[in-house]
Amino acid sequence: MKSQSTPTLTPNEGFLDKLLSGRSSFLSYSLLALILVVILPLTLSEFRLNMCGKYLCYSFCCIGLVLCWGHAGILSLGQGLYFGLGGYSMAMFLKLEASDLESTKIQTTPGIPDFMDWNQLTELPWFWQPYHSFTLTLLLIIILPILLATLLSFFYFKGRVTGVVFAILTQSMVACAWYFIVGNQGFFGGINGMTDLKTLNGWDIREPSSQKILYFITVACLFGCLFFSKWILNSRLGRVLSAQRDKEERVRFSGYDLTAFRVFIFAVAGVLASIGGALFTLQVGFMSPNLIGVVPSIDLIIYTAVGGRLCIVGAVYGSLLVNTARTLFSEAYPTLWVFIYGALFIIIVLALPKGIAGIWSDHLRVRVRSLLKLDKKDKPEKLTT
Amino acid sequence: MFDEYTFEELKAILIMQSFGGLSLLCIYVLMGLGLYVVFGQMKVINMAHAEFLVIGSYTMCLASKFVIEVMPEFINYYLWVAIPLAFVVAFIVGWIIEWILISRLYHRPLDTLLATWGLSLIMQQCFRTFIGAREMSATLPEWLMGSWAPTDIIDIPINGLVILATTIILTVGLVFFTNKTRWGLRMRSTSQNRQMSQALGINTKVTDRFTFALACGISGIGGAFLTTVVSTSPTAGTTYIVDSFLVLVLGGLGSLFGLVISGGFLALLSSILEFFMSGSVAKVWLYLIIFVVLAKFTKGLFSSNIRS
Repeated sequence: MKSQSTPTLTPNEGFLDKLLSGRSSFLSYSLLALILVVILPLTLSEFRLNMCGKYLCYSFCCIGLVLCWGHAGILSLGQGLYFGLGGYSMAMFLKLEASDLESTKIQTTPGIPDFMDWNQLTELPWFWQPYHSFTLTLLLIIILPILLATLLSFFYFKGRVTGVVFAILTQSMVACAWYFIVGNQGFFGGINGMTDLKTLNGWDIREPSSQKILYFITVACLFGCLFFSKWILNSRLGRVLSAQRDKEERVRFSGYDLTAFRVFIFAVAGVLASIGGALFTLQVGFMSPNLIGVVPSIDLIIYTAVGGRLCIVGAVYGSLLVNTARTLFSEAYPTLWVFIYGALFIIIVLALPKGIAGIWSDHLRVRVRSLLKLDKKDKPEKLTT
Repeated sequence: MFDEYTFEELKAILIMQSFGGLSLLCIYVLMGLGLYVVFGQMKVINMAHAEFLVIGSYTMCLASKFVIEVMPEFINYYLWVAIPLAFVVAFIVGWIIEWILISRLYHRPLDTLLATWGLSLIMQQCFRTFIGAREMSATLPEWLMGSWAPTDIIDIPINGLVILATTIILTVGLVFFTNKTRWGLRMRSTSQNRQMSQALGINTKVTDRFTFALACGISGIGGAFLTTVVSTSPTAGTTYIVDSFLVLVLGGLGSLFGLVISGGFLALLSSILEFFMSGSVAKVWLYLIIFVVLAKFTKGLFSSNIRS
C-alpha cells in the first residue's frame, strides 16, 4: 500500500486519507452519519426506528455485494445463505439462553429448545454446543461464512466459473440451504424458524430501550464495515479486483492468481452478510428460512443496484429506500407494489445501471461543482459487466 | 427383501419405476429446452423462463375450461388445438418481450438476469391479477388419464407416454430445425459471428427476436404438458427455476445432448434419493451432489470445447 500503487486515487497516502479519500467522500460519510445517528432517531417513532434498524441489517449484505458484484464483477444471487448463517448463529445462541432448565421444565427433556422437544430429540446435537458461549458465537458468525464461502467458491473460481454460471450456482446454494433448514425441523426449527428469542446474556432484547441501543450498535457496526470496505477498495487489492472485472486476461497474464482474489472478496461479502444477519436476529427476535431463501437473496441485489453497485454508501441508502417504499406501498397498494418492484429491476438495469449514486456522480456532481466553483476533475468510473 | 416377489413381478416393478424416471427426465428436459435455446444461441439468461412455462400451463387450463363450458363434446380432442395455442401465445409474448426489453440488453448477461427477474415478478403479478391467485389444473380428456397395460401386471400411465413422445418430438424437431432449415442456419450464424452475419445480409435483429420467441414457444409447449402432471399457480414458476437452470449448467451450457444426459442424471438421482429420505432432505443431497460434480467438471458434463 505504498504510494506508487494507487497514483490515480490520492496523492497523499495516510491511512485516514485512504478511508476518507477526498472531500466528497468525507462529506458523504458525514451526511450518512448525520442521517442515521441524529435525524432518524429524533424523527421516527420507536416502531419505525426498529424497522430502519432492520433495513440497515440488509445493507450489510449490500455493502458486500458492492464489493463482490460492483467492484469484482462476481454476482452472487445467494447472499441470503450468509445472512442466514449469521442470523441462525445468533438465533441459536439466543434460543439456548431462552431454553434454560427453569423455563423448559414442562418438556420431556428440559434444557433443550422447544422445537427439538417437539421433534422427539432428547439431547442437544453436537453442533449446538458451541452456541452456549457468547464469545464463540461471535467468532462463529465471522468464521463460518469464511469457511463456507471458501468451500463453495474455491473450486469454481479455480475452474474459472464466473459470471452467469456462478450466479446460478449461488442461487442453487441458497435454495439448498432453504431445503436444508426446512428438512431438518428437529435441528433448526424447520419452516417455522426460531422464535421466542428473549434475552442476550440476561439483557432483554424486546424492550423498547434495548431496541434503541441495538439500533445504535447496528449503525456503529455498519460504519465499521463501511470503513473496512472502503479500505479494501482503496488498497492495491481493490485495484486488482476492478482490473480483473474489466480485463480478466490481462490481469492473469500479469501474473496474478485470480482465484485467491475472488475467493477473498466473496468471503468478505459473506462475512458482511453474516454480521448483518446476526444483527437482524437481535433486532427482530426471530429467524426463519423464508428470510434467507431465493427471493430475499435477489431482493438484496436490487437494494444494491438501486443504491448504486459501485458505491458502498449508496448501498445503505438503497436498502433503506427500497425497503421504506416496500413498507409504505405494500401497506396501501399491495398489487401495485409488485408491479412497481418488478419495473424497478428493469428501469435500474436499462436506465440507471449505477443507481442513485450514478445520478449523483454522473449528473448532479458536475453541476454542483460548477455552482460551487470547485474545479476538481473526476471522471466518472465506467461500468462494465 | 425380494423373496415375496416373483421374477415377473420384479421385472414389472423395474419397468414401471424406470418409466417413472423417464417421465421425470422428460420434465427436466422440457423445463431446460427453452433455456438451452436462449442461452445456447443467444447467451442470454432468462430468469422469466419459468413464467413462460406457466403461460403454457395457463393456456392449457383455460382452453380446457373453455371447451367444457362451450362445447363439451370436443373434450377428447381439444389437446390438439390447445398445445399449438400454448406455443403461439408464449411465442407472441416472447416476441414482444424481446422487442421491448431483451434486445437492449445483449452483451450484458448479468444485467439481463436482473431485468428478467423483474419481468418474472411482473408476469407473476399479471397471472395473479388477471387469472386468479388460486391453483388451477386442466381437465384432461379421458384417454389421457388411463393407462396402458402391455401385460396384466405392467401398468404404464398414458400421460407419461404422451410427455415422452412430446419430449422426443420437440428435441428432435429442435435439432432438425437448427441444423437443417434456413432459419436455423441464420440462428447459428448469428450466434457464431454477428457482424459477419450482418455483412452477409442476415437480419440479426429479427433472428434474435425469432430465436427468443421460439424458445418461449417451446417452453409454452413444455408448460402445457406439465399441467398433465402438476397443477398451476401464479408462483409455480419459482419452483421450476432453480432446477431448470441446474439441468442446463450441469449439462454444459449450450449442449443439447448434455441437457438430456444431465436431465437423466438428475432424474435418476432424485428418484433414488427420494426413495431413501424425505423430499426436502433428498433435495439437499441432490444439490450437494451437483455442486460436487460441478466442482470437478466446472464446464458441465458435456461442454463444447470452444473457447468463448
